[in-house]
Amino acid sequence: MLADWQPTASLANLRLRAELLKQVRALFDARGFLEVETPLLCADTVIDAHIDPLSVTLAQAGRHDPSACRLWLQTSPEQCMKRLLAFGAEAIYQISRAFRAGEGGPWHNPEFTLVEWYRVGDGTQEGIALLSAVAEELLGRGAAEQLSYGAAFQQHAGVDPLRATEDDFVAAARRHEVPIPPPAKGDAAAVDEQAKLDAWRELLLVEVVAPRLGRNTPTIVHDFPASQAALAQMRAGDPPVAERFELFVDGLELANGYHELLDADELIERGERANHIRTSLGKQQLPRPQKLLDAMRHGMPAASGCALGFDRLVALVAGAGKLADVWPFPTDRA
Amino acid sequence: MGTINTSQFRKGLKVQMEGDPYLMIECNFVKPGKGQALYKCKFKNLIRGTVIDKTFKSDTTLEEADVNELSSQYLYRQGEAFVFMDNESFEQYELSADQVGDAWKFLKEGMNCDMVLYNGNAISVTPPNHVVLKVEYCEPAVRGNTATNLTKPVKLETGAEITCPAFIEIGDLLKVDTRTSEYIERARE
Repeated sequence: MLADWQPTASLANLRLRAELLKQVRALFDARGFLEVETPLLCADTVIDAHIDPLSVTLAQAGRHDPSACRLWLQTSPEQCMKRLLAFGAEAIYQISRAFRAGEGGPWHNPEFTLVEWYRVGDGTQEGIALLSAVAEELLGRGAAEQLSYGAAFQQHAGVDPLRATEDDFVAAARRHEVPIPPPAKGDAAAVDEQAKLDAWRELLLVEVVAPRLGRNTPTIVHDFPASQAALAQMRAGDPPVAERFELFVDGLELANGYHELLDADELIERGERANHIRTSLGKQQLPRPQKLLDAMRHGMPAASGCALGFDRLVALVAGAGKLADVWPFPTDRA
Repeated sequence: MGTINTSQFRKGLKVQMEGDPYLMIECNFVKPGKGQALYKCKFKNLIRGTVIDKTFKSDTTLEEADVNELSSQYLYRQGEAFVFMDNESFEQYELSADQVGDAWKFLKEGMNCDMVLYNGNAISVTPPNHVVLKVEYCEPAVRGNTATNLTKPVKLETGAEITCPAFIEIGDLLKVDTRTSEYIERARE
């Protein structure tokens, strides 16, 4: 048994962690990326329906201060890094702590480390190629195979995720003996038809598709459903898809990237949609990211960007079964 | 009883689902990066002993089950009923042969057992992991053979039959593992 003060990670894993930090820096430095640092505390945060930021009150030193302003601990360094792109930075990376409320489990901790990068001029293909190279260098398991979101579901769950109806998803879940969750109090599936279909996609992704991804070589899934575009550009087609890509290794979601959305009005609309879902779930509304919108209106250059979960990466390289094996003090013991 | 929200989920919770009490034996938080969190849980039905998988979306609420564990003593058998006494309150509880299940094989009067109450009624008992029971009957021992690979059935004082080494004799005391019904060793008093 560990005493309360003791770390959950071995010194060997902490040495491996330090080694991988060096490798990440070497990898991006060699490609001419500039390492940047941006604030963890900001007035705005990315508005996600299902990611909950923690807030901090900036009070006068040691006193109760009713006028104190509330700042958000960043759920990713995305906003400030994009403001740097709009200001002229061309290729930047950052190794940053990120915070997400309510996320705790073998592969989640409310405080975690992201490696995030952006390169101006990259489209989806270049973004995927860079992520593949990063994965190959850091994991040593070869180049990543590429699979569209649709093909991944077809192959592993036998359903076309972009065209399926709720009945099709139910049938696929039953075929794979997936326990179907009962309706919850705050249930995104109850918001509208689109959110309901997304809930089915997420259930099948978590239970059936993801566990089968990245087993031999890393897998990069691309062309996400339009409803899961987040901050990615859309690509016209039938149906249109989001230029979003994700890396899976040993069934674990390791990185998420976009051909970045540039249209400020579109960002406002997506934020309102996310806030609408948040309200239905009984969650607080998040403020409009005004400074990012200003930066986008000033002119953010076309770029691809990606965020990689560093703790999960270390765990995969270490052959560990949980984040606590590579992060010394998980939040419930910090 | 109160309710339990997904954010309070942890191993060991006792909840009420579809009219039965369940023990949460596993709880796994999973979440696609941008998607809604799911809690993948395993439950043991405290009445039937069966294990089921259930997945919940975040912000699901379950009813807490009125389940208590207490230390009890086996008193006696009365027809089809087994009578136990709560060691603290001295209150007596009856369990049917069905509820006692395989535990009857090891029940000796005066033995301490863990008992589970659900809505105030006894639903199951668990004897200690190891018990010592006397051999009531078996074929004569094979003289001079102390090897343990030769086995034979023996009848214990409780009426249960188990398999043990051929050198065991009537009147011997045997230490038995109640979880596997296996002979462990010959015991002294």
